[in-house]
Amino acid sequence: MTELRIEKLTVRYGRGPSVHTAADEVSLTVPASQTLGLVGESGSGKSTVARAAAGLVSADSGTIKLGGKPLPRRGLRPVQMIFQDPRSSLDPRMSIGESIAECLPSRFSRSARRSEISRLLDMVHLDPTRRGARPPELSGGQLQRVAIARVLAARPAVVVADEITSALDVSVQGAVLNLVRELQTELGLSLLFISHNLAVVRYVASQVAVMRTGRILEAGPADQVFHRPQHSYTRQLLDAVPDTLRSTP
Amino acid sequence: MRLLTVLRTPMGVVASIILVLVLLTAIVAPLLWNDAAEARNTANLNSGPSAEHPLGTDVLGRDLLLRTLVATRLTVLLALGATGVALGLGILFGAAPVLLGHRAGRLAVSAVNIAVAFPGLLLALVLALILGVGELSAMWAIGIAGAPSFARLCQTLVASVAERDYIAAARLAGKSRFRILLRHVLPNIAEPLIVNATIAAGAALLAFAGLSFLGLGVQSPSYDWGRMMMEGLDRIYLNPIAALAPGVAVVIAGLAFNLMGEALARSLSTPRIPVAWGMRPRRPYPQKAEERGDGEPADHLAGPGHADSSEPAGPAAYPEAVLTLRDLRVSLPGHLGCLTPVRGISLRIAPGEAVGIVGESGSGKSLTALAAAQLVEEPLAVRAATLKFCGADLMLRPQSTRDRSRYQRLLGRSLAVVFQDPMTSFNPTMRIGAQLVEGMRFHDGVERSWAQARAVDRLGAVGIEEPERRAAMYPHEFSGGMRQRAMIAMGLMGDPQLIIADEPTTALDVTVQKQVLELLDEVRSASSVALMLISHDIAVVRQVCDRIAVMYGGRIVEELPADRLAEQAQHPYTRALIAAVPDMNTDLDEPLATIPGRPVDLSQRSAGCPFAPRCPLATQRCHEQDPALIPAGDSGGAHRVACWHPVVDAGRAALAEADRSAGEPASAEGSELS
Amino acid sequence: MQNRWTAFALRRGTRLIISLWVLVSAAFLMIHLVPGDPVRAMLGPTAAPALVDQTRENLGLNDPLWEQYLRFLRGLFTGDLGTSITMGLPVSEVLAARLPNTLTLGLLGFVLAICLALPVGATIAVATRKGRRRGLELSFASTSVVVATIPDFLLGVALVAIFGVTLELLPVAWTGGAESYVLPVIALAAGPAAVLSRIVRVELLSTLDEDFVRTARAKRLSSRRIVLRHALPNAVTAALTLGGLMLGTLVASTVLVENVFAWPGLGSTVVGAILGRDYPLVQAIVLVYGTGVLLVNTLVDVVLALLDPRSTIGDQ
Ligand SMILES: Nc1ncnc2c1ncn2[C@@H]1O[C@H](COP(=O)(O)OP(=O)(O)O)[C@@H](O)[C@H]1O
Ligand code: SF4
Ligand SMILES: [Mg+2]
Repeated sequence: MTELRIEKLTVRYGRGPSVHTAADEVSLTVPASQTLGLVGESGSGKSTVARAAAGLVSADSGTIKLGGKPLPRRGLRPVQMIFQDPRSSLDPRMSIGESIAECLPSRFSRSARRSEISRLLDMVHLDPTRRGARPPELSGGQLQRVAIARVLAARPAVVVADEITSALDVSVQGAVLNLVRELQTELGLSLLFISHNLAVVRYVASQVAVMRTGRILEAGPADQVFHRPQHSYTRQLLDAVPDTLRSTP
Repeated sequence: MRLLTVLRTPMGVVASIILVLVLLTAIVAPLLWNDAAEARNTANLNSGPSAEHPLGTDVLGRDLLLRTLVATRLTVLLALGATGVALGLGILFGAAPVLLGHRAGRLAVSAVNIAVAFPGLLLALVLALILGVGELSAMWAIGIAGAPSFARLCQTLVASVAERDYIAAARLAGKSRFRILLRHVLPNIAEPLIVNATIAAGAALLAFAGLSFLGLGVQSPSYDWGRMMMEGLDRIYLNPIAALAPGVAVVIAGLAFNLMGEALARSLSTPRIPVAWGMRPRRPYPQKAEERGDGEPADHLAGPGHADSSEPAGPAAYPEAVLTLRDLRVSLPGHLGCLTPVRGISLRIAPGEAVGIVGESGSGKSLTALAAAQLVEEPLAVRAATLKFCGADLMLRPQSTRDRSRYQRLLGRSLAVVFQDPMTSFNPTMRIGAQLVEGMRFHDGVERSWAQARAVDRLGAVGIEEPERRAAMYPHEFSGGMRQRAMIAMGLMGDPQLIIADEPTTALDVTVQKQVLELLDEVRSASSVALMLISHDIAVVRQVCDRIAVMYGGRIVEELPADRLAEQAQHPYTRALIAAVPDMNTDLDEPLATIPGRPVDLSQRSAGCPFAPRCPLATQRCHEQDPALIPAGDSGGAHRVACWHPVVDAGRAALAEADRSAGEPASAEGSELS
Repeated sequence: MQNRWTAFALRRGTRLIISLWVLVSAAFLMIHLVPGDPVRAMLGPTAAPALVDQTRENLGLNDPLWEQYLRFLRGLFTGDLGTSITMGLPVSEVLAARLPNTLTLGLLGFVLAICLALPVGATIAVATRKGRRRGLELSFASTSVVVATIPDFLLGVALVAIFGVTLELLPVAWTGGAESYVLPVIALAAGPAAVLSRIVRVELLSTLDEDFVRTARAKRLSSRRIVLRHALPNAVTAALTLGGLMLGTLVASTVLVENVFAWPGLGSTVVGAILGRDYPLVQAIVLVYGTGVLLVNTLVDVVLALLDPRSTIGDQ
């Protein structure tokens, strides 16, 4: 896998007096085969960074390099993204198999496509015979698995996961997080994992960055950020996490 | 095809029949009667209705009935042609933002915005002057005149689809813009486009009739209905039918299209734009109809569920609870039977007590809260053995208007409700201050200045700075957290005994969530107001509440003091819920515990414990009999659980946990598919 | 606060000016877009070449285009709109005589449509909420579709046939008296009233489902107050947005209705002017109609901004 390096990324929305700087000189590195967790409140610019990293919004300044090279602008993209709302991220008029097929590299032959889709569905613990199902027939958790399978189909160098469990019920969230962790280790994915939930980020990420009003306030190994936070805002965030539910072992 | 479902509605059937008749006439009439319609009966000029000529004859003695029928083809063709022009141009401009990218797209949007303001008639007049009068120039004129509103419609529809994530995903898959338009955008906006094109065809028909009527459309010797009306108008004193008959034809054909559009829109529930040539959808097109279970006969669901008439738990020490619910049910009558999303809730809240309700979405938390607050609306129906608030029995229908207003006043003053989404829960067109004082002025008729002063005071009390200035502001000028504070302040205007807060922090950020929870806690202890806090997040509820009720499938499955939650929860669902939420101490080397299967589907409930299909401890009995909510062994009534096999001793608990993680992770949720 | 309103005025003003400029330029270019020789098209193939030349000279068509454009603009500001060819009068005089008649007719129709649509739409919405009274809902839906489908001029003809010709209750054409307004105003307002009442109903229904209405119910206000104070103002903003667009339809209707009732307004003038290729007169009438609609649309936006404080922030 490959390292994704974001340097001094600035993204502005709007023009004239109503211009809004969503990302302000953001520098981040997703190390090869590791997970970088990005935390922050809504509107802090996390999704902007995610979309810029995937090449969906263009940067006003700064560079994004994948293994030292700029992101390609056409063809199947090496940085793929999983979105928050699985209902919105799959075309309701396409079967889940078709949606996954759309992301397969063109080298696959017709028959190879079929077996590849089966393999991918199996990988995310979905029954391959359901490839003809349409999104409205599936639950939110299942759809998020399809979205993950689609991303894996593209053989991405880096995967960006933007709040992928916030639209799910807690009972389903665990299964999706387990799957993400499992795939990350198995396939050695480089993962940019975004969430407003610190406990969730802590569970999947080895590196953590904290973002607020478009800026990175603090970044480092997860252990360090969570146990020896440097920035007062990080402490504030940690304070706001509800106490543990389970009795500590 | 979904469009054909229209044939199942009476309006759709009527519209289809008329439409088919009109189209048949358009095809057949000119073949049969073209020559007869031209035949002149010089003995019979300008005559009224007679046996030979049912509608009379025109200036040259031609039969009006035949001419009306033959004119159908030209009239309909021209209308369809104009619609085609409008639709084509509209899609072209409407899709520009997708095809050309942002900047060019914005230009197209502005152009359409300006064009849409011009009345189409002007364009028709101008074109008539430039191209000369005639049917083709009229067709282009009406088509072009209709294009801006179609473009606007397309733009809005396209924009609502374009911001969907599957478009972004297709871009990441390297698909070209054109392909995305064809594969993803157009199929998803086709239905509303078809509906509106149908309505537009009707409008074009009317517009064409108007132009021809003025003499600016079809020119002699061709004739359409509009032209025939113009010719008939001159002789309205002699034979009013001559002018009215083609008019009736216009109405019938126009109706065929308009009714069809209306019926289509109803059966597809598409936003439609009834303005003739000014179409603009109200809101983004809803992606897909609700995928609620297709409603099997569900009579049994309304059944007794469980006769749970045991007294609600909770400190029995207090004489009078603020809120008492006994066997509360909320049901949704439908033509296929009755769904019962809330099936027998019993709960008691003491003065000053904070009770939390947790459960997954769809478990019936919100409906319970709304029912308790008397805010459930038709078609949902509330029943309860007891529903008492501050001593008043709310299940009694108030007899007199005085009783009624006394109830309303009690609820208005003493029951505060805080809703989930602070963005949408305030009236956007009213100042915050005015919204705060409204209830008090309505119920108590206090003076405006006094009420205003109290509002400012309350805003200050919930920690809003510069309350005076803030009271004069509109909701959109507040941040989310501040709005939720203002909502709480609104509840504190009267003399609250109970605050019902339904997911009050779900839409807020963690740091703000903490502040709002602290505020609720403060309010409660400062003025000993009782609190009913609803959340899907068990950690949030535990932070604030004394007692917690866990809901599943429309019932309380466990109710226990908050301090027993971590160690002594006995219901397998409660334990699974606790285990499934990662927190800052979760073991990173283990997979998270999960709950297999999917949440209950109301339309597919069967007898037995609602959790049985997902429960690792389920036995035959669980599938057959629904367990009652009964006091748990050692708690003295404060802890109740509805389970045949409560997890009591530590050994069983450990076993259950081990069981759950062993099956992990592969089979976890995936098994539901096979 | 201040700032927001300035920005709004600036944005809206710019749009109005651009639209006006587009309108003026289109009116100017009209004559030049006629295929072939516009004057020949006007006078017919048999006219003497000398007359054609003379007319072209009179219309100033021999000057360079930009000079004509400037002259046209100057004329607009000084009120000199040329001379009507078919009537032989200065265009400004024709406008002065006929515009007031059209204006009163249009305004009365507009007001009547709104006065009918608001209460009817609102009442039906409240009565048929949550799938109640399906029969009423269906009959309202069908009736309003039918009424909206009856073309205004046909309604006019039918009204003339019934009340004018058969019953002889009301004048069949313009007399100048108040009673001659009754039929045309009804013919004009019926369709827009039907359409608008549907919009009001739909908008009010969706507003009644909004969260803030639930908040108002939680305050236990009377349902009257909830509808009038909370739902209606929010529904009206949406209805107005759509209603503004109906104005174009209403303008078109005045042209037709004027022709049915031989109304001495612009609408009955413009048809003759087009058929007679009276370029200056058509130009002027197009300008008047267009400007009227643009001004009213701007007015609607201002009213919207006053009603709904949010709409000053973002456009569209
Ligand atoms: N107005 C309504 N009409 C029909 N069904 C409803 C309505 N409101 C809620 N429901 C159904 O009732 C169930 C419980 O809903 P709700 O109380 O909102 O659950 P929760 O608050 O736990 O998410 C859901 O299945 C939901 O679909
Ligand atoms: S009753 Fe049976 S199925 Fe239901 S929760 Fe208890 S053990 Fe599980
Ligand atoms: Mg809810």
